[in-house]
Amino acid sequence: MTEVDLLTALPVREFVFFINKGIIAGLIIGSIYALGAVGVTLIFGILRFAHLAHGDMMTTGAFIALILTALLPGVGALVGLPTAFVLMPIAMALTALLAIVLDRWFYRPLRQANVRPVTIVMASVGVMLMMQGLIRLVFGTGTRPLYVGAKDIYRVPVGDGFIVVTEPQLLLFVFTALCIVALHFFLTRARLGKAMRAVSDNADLARVSGIPTEHVVRATWIIGGALAAAGGTLLALDVTLKPDLSFNILLPIFAAAIVGGIGQPYGAVAGGLVVGFTETLAVFNWAILLRPLAPFLPDWVELPTQLALVPTEYKIVIPFFILVAVLIWRPTGIFRGSVIK
Amino acid sequence: MTNRAGRETLLFAGLAVLIALVFAAQGAAFGTRMLVEASCLAIVALGLTIQWGYAGLFNVGTMGFIAIAAYTTVLVSFPVNGAFWTSNGPALLGKTALYLAVGGLFTYAMSQTHRLGLPKKFRTLLALIAGAATYIAVSGALGQAAAHIEGEAGFIGGFGLPVWIGWLGGGIVAGALGWLMGRITLGLRADYMAIATLGIAEIVKAYLKNADWLTRGTLTVSPLPWPVPTPADLGFVMSRAAYLSVTAVMIVVIFVLLQRAWAAPWGRMMRAIRDNELSAAAMGKDINRRRLEMFVLGNVIIGIGGGALITFSSIFDPSSFLPLNHTFLVWVMVILGGAGNNLGTIFGALFVYVIWTMSEPAALFLFDQIAYWGDRLFDWQAPADMTTRALQMRVFVIGLTITLVLRFAPRGLIAERPVKYE
Repeated sequence: MTEVDLLTALPVREFVFFINKGIIAGLIIGSIYALGAVGVTLIFGILRFAHLAHGDMMTTGAFIALILTALLPGVGALVGLPTAFVLMPIAMALTALLAIVLDRWFYRPLRQANVRPVTIVMASVGVMLMMQGLIRLVFGTGTRPLYVGAKDIYRVPVGDGFIVVTEPQLLLFVFTALCIVALHFFLTRARLGKAMRAVSDNADLARVSGIPTEHVVRATWIIGGALAAAGGTLLALDVTLKPDLSFNILLPIFAAAIVGGIGQPYGAVAGGLVVGFTETLAVFNWAILLRPLAPFLPDWVELPTQLALVPTEYKIVIPFFILVAVLIWRPTGIFRGSVIK
Repeated sequence: MTNRAGRETLLFAGLAVLIALVFAAQGAAFGTRMLVEASCLAIVALGLTIQWGYAGLFNVGTMGFIAIAAYTTVLVSFPVNGAFWTSNGPALLGKTALYLAVGGLFTYAMSQTHRLGLPKKFRTLLALIAGAATYIAVSGALGQAAAHIEGEAGFIGGFGLPVWIGWLGGGIVAGALGWLMGRITLGLRADYMAIATLGIAEIVKAYLKNADWLTRGTLTVSPLPWPVPTPADLGFVMSRAAYLSVTAVMIVVIFVLLQRAWAAPWGRMMRAIRDNELSAAAMGKDINRRRLEMFVLGNVIIGIGGGALITFSSIFDPSSFLPLNHTFLVWVMVILGGAGNNLGTIFGALFVYVIWTMSEPAALFLFDQIAYWGDRLFDWQAPADMTTRALQMRVFVIGLTITLVLRFAPRGLIAERPVKYE
């Protein structure tokens, strides 16, 4: 076989397809899950309850970004970035404020009444329904685009194919990475961050050593709410914005938080990526990668045209399966978080 | 004690007046339909009160258990589909089952190879490979069978057995699924169970919706056979009243049995476990086993209620199962009525359902008024999908009710009755 033959035989096209549909798609959804899961894991670790309204907090953040975009449509053009992305910090701040208000109205009274933690989980279900109802009441149940105009698309030529990344996706990667680095420095260097880790490790010990629990709780809601808003907005920028988003995203972000270990922000990031990649690769049609092998196979081997591990309509099974597997074999998660008793 | 009894009498009298008002306003056919649906949901709520009120278990997947029980009811009681049984379908399904059995056995054998002295690393690897091979073989065979059945017969139909066997079967299947969920999450805190049940409910729904060979998917199955004469024979009011008498008898039987169990040593043990896990464990109670018992029992009752509910609606449509109607509404019934109090739960179920049914016209009326006055006073144009939006108001109200009840009346309207032993 000559060199030229070898080059044409190399499955470059299939490889590029795999990168586009497998790696990049997995990275996108994984980053979104990571942004949500960090909030879930911090709230679970510090306030000790599963905040089931987190998916709706992400959706609410995205809708706040939508309102802001409608109010100030020209801002993006000034900087050369999508308007919703430029206004996202405001949406994050507002969602953080909303999170604090929700805590004050609905969760703190229950905490102070010293109810069983599971009652607070139930209250979060109530909050979830309220947010869902309000969002649908105000915006309807339809789908809306958050990205105005045509998306900038970047093509990286590889062989005779292209690796395709759109502008919102690129922003998503960069922003997620920045957030994680910032969170890392906050948790390891800042006084408040260290206090948060202390409360997460041992709440009683932290309280007796004089750490102001209320500050820590407030910081938790701020971080959780802000990241949730960012995740929701970025996801809505990449695809579209619809109220059903929250229910679909709830299970994956909890799976991600538990895979990573409760109370472990880095674990949540890793867990988000694990869940995102597994989900994408499980519904990926692997038959396409096998196709280049066809000429080398004997005639009696017939390659299937569809070879996905899980049909797309059962995608929701995957985070659940991961969740169950982790709960059975390693309830502490990869990063050895705490199993909240 | 008299105070308590007086309160209960007052609440039920108020409920009776409310129901009478609905009958007067909407007619007997509407009223009986509402009552039958409320009674089916009351059975579901009794199941949930066992889990939440007696044992403190957090099941937010009621919808999934209702759906799987509903499907089982359809499978058992729907008339036999001759086209399926004469086709190759049963043989292909048998082949799939055979693959599953052989693969399952083989995987289990591989997972036990450490007894032969194989290092654990290899054992896990072998078991995983065997499991993956089984999955591929089974899903391949099932895909073939499904395509064949859908092409030849539409769907597999039912067994044509009496409806009550279907309800019982629904209860058993829901209980079995609950057993599985319980085995996975009961050792951990209730939060994990909440997440897991939330997930399983969506998965059950996704499966029922997409497995056309089994459930006809979005094409729906109807008409489901009734245990009593159908409206075609007796007219709406009489047939619904007959159905209501069946569900009412079921509620009474379940209620009496639960009251007896609650007062018995078994109930005392369950309360002890709920109120102080540690001391119950110190007294030698096997906490996780008992909780599993509770969870399964609760699910069986939820399943029976779900079966009765779907039979009454007479059409099996997987998309009609909604977390709001079949999970959170039941939750409101339980916590508003009084978790851990069977009478309170039944009251809550009837009361909440009456309010819920009436809230639909009420919300539409309210929003019509808002749109009308908004238009007249502020020249405000109401959006076209106002109706669907107006109904979303009810989601908000359900959520608000949950949070308010938890904060201001955590024991519900008819609180759990402390049992005193002299």
